[in-house]
Amino acid sequence: MASDHSPNELYGASAALIRPDTAGAAPYWNPYVSGVLLGLVLLAAYVLMGRGLGASGAFSSVTALAVEKAAPAHAAGNEFYQGYLQNGIGGNPLKSWLVFEVIGVFLGGFLSAALAGRLTGNVAKGPRISVRTRLLFALAGGTMMGIGAKFARGCTSGQGLSGGAVLNVGSWAFMLMVFALAYALAYSFRRLWT
Amino acid sequence: MNAPFFKFGYFGDEVSLLIAVVIGVLFGFVLERAGFGNGRKLAAQFYFQDLAVFKVMFSAIITAMLGIFYLSWSGLLDISLVYKGTTYLYSQLLGGAFLGVGFILGGYCPGTSIVAMATGRLDAVMFGVGVFLGIFIFGEAYPLFADFMFTGNMGVVTLPELLNISYGLVMLIVIAVAVGGFFGAEYLEKRWAEKHGGSDERQSGETVVEETIEVTIATQTTY
Repeated sequence: MASDHSPNELYGASAALIRPDTAGAAPYWNPYVSGVLLGLVLLAAYVLMGRGLGASGAFSSVTALAVEKAAPAHAAGNEFYQGYLQNGIGGNPLKSWLVFEVIGVFLGGFLSAALAGRLTGNVAKGPRISVRTRLLFALAGGTMMGIGAKFARGCTSGQGLSGGAVLNVGSWAFMLMVFALAYALAYSFRRLWT
Repeated sequence: MNAPFFKFGYFGDEVSLLIAVVIGVLFGFVLERAGFGNGRKLAAQFYFQDLAVFKVMFSAIITAMLGIFYLSWSGLLDISLVYKGTTYLYSQLLGGAFLGVGFILGGYCPGTSIVAMATGRLDAVMFGVGVFLGIFIFGEAYPLFADFMFTGNMGVVTLPELLNISYGLVMLIVIAVAVGGFFGAEYLEKRWAEKHGGSDERQSGETVVEETIEVTIATQTTY
C-alpha cells in the first residue's frame, strides 16, 4: 500500500534528508541554492520597498479586523488592534503590504507544490503519534507562535530574516532565543517528531 | 538608480500591493522548493537529522546582508530609508522564547504554515488557527503588558553600533560563523544518516501499519 509516510520514502537511500513525502514528487532544492534565492527575494523587497519580508503581521491584520467586526467598541478601545486597523491603505486594514505579500506566499507555495507534484494534503508528523495528537500540538504550537510573534514584533520572516540581514540587534537576540528554546525542548518533545 | 524605489516615489500605494504579491509568490515558491512546506522536515532541524532550516536561513541572511551592504556602499540604496525595527530587548527575548516553544510543538512558523496550507496540509491549517488564536489572546491581554512591550528600549541599533566595530567586520564574523555552521551541519547530517542507514530502525511494524491507516483517514478529511 502506498502510504505517503512510509519510512523508506521519508528516509531514502542517502537518508540524510527528510525526503519529499510523495512518491514521484520532484526533489527539494539544494538548501544553499534555496537560501541564496530567498536572500535575493529579501534583497528585492528592500530595494523596491525599503522593507523586508513578513508573515505574522498579516495574521494580525485579519485578527484585528475580525475583532472589530464582532465588537467594534471593544476594538476601538484597544491600542493593539487599532495599530493594525489604521495600518491599511485608504483605511482598509486588509489593503496592507503584508496581507498582499502573504496572499502571494500562498499562491507561490501552491504553484511550487503543484509543479513538483507535492499537493498531497498529508499531515506532516513523526511516526509515533496519531494524526489527532499532531493536530492538537499544531494548534498549541501555533498559539504560542501567535503570542510570541506579537511580543517580538515579528516572526521568523520579519525579525529573523529581514532584521537579521540588516544586522538589527533585537532581531539577532530574538533569533538566538528561538533556536535556544527549540533545542532545549527538543528532547522532551521527541515523540512528536522522531 | 535611487533605491528604495517606493521611498523615492517611483510608484504609489496600489503598485506597492502588486509588488507585495509578486514578492510573496517568489517567497512562497522558494520556501516550498526548500521543503519548508513540511513541518516534519522543519522540526528535523532540532534533532540534527536535517539542518536545512539553518542552511537556508543563513544563506539567505548572508546574501541579503551582502547585497544591501554593496548597494548601499555604491550609493544605489539609501540605507537610512530602509526600515529597521527598534530593539526592545526584553519583549523580543520573551517573544523569541514563545516562538521556540511554538516551533518545537507546532513544526511551523507563520510564513511556512501558509506554504504548508497551500499544499493542503491539515496540520498547517490547525497551526494557522493557533496563530490567530495566539494573536487574539495577546490582543485581549495587551493592556496588561503594554508597558512591558517597551522595556529594554535600545533604539534602532545594529550589531556594529552595539559592538563598536566596523560593519565589514561584523559581516565577516556572521559569514565565518555561518560557514562553520554549514560544515558542522553537513557533518551532523552525515553522522545521523550513517547511524540510521536506509531504513528507519526506530519503528516497529505495528506503528507503521497504524500510521498508514491514520494517514489515509487524514488524507480523506483534508479533501
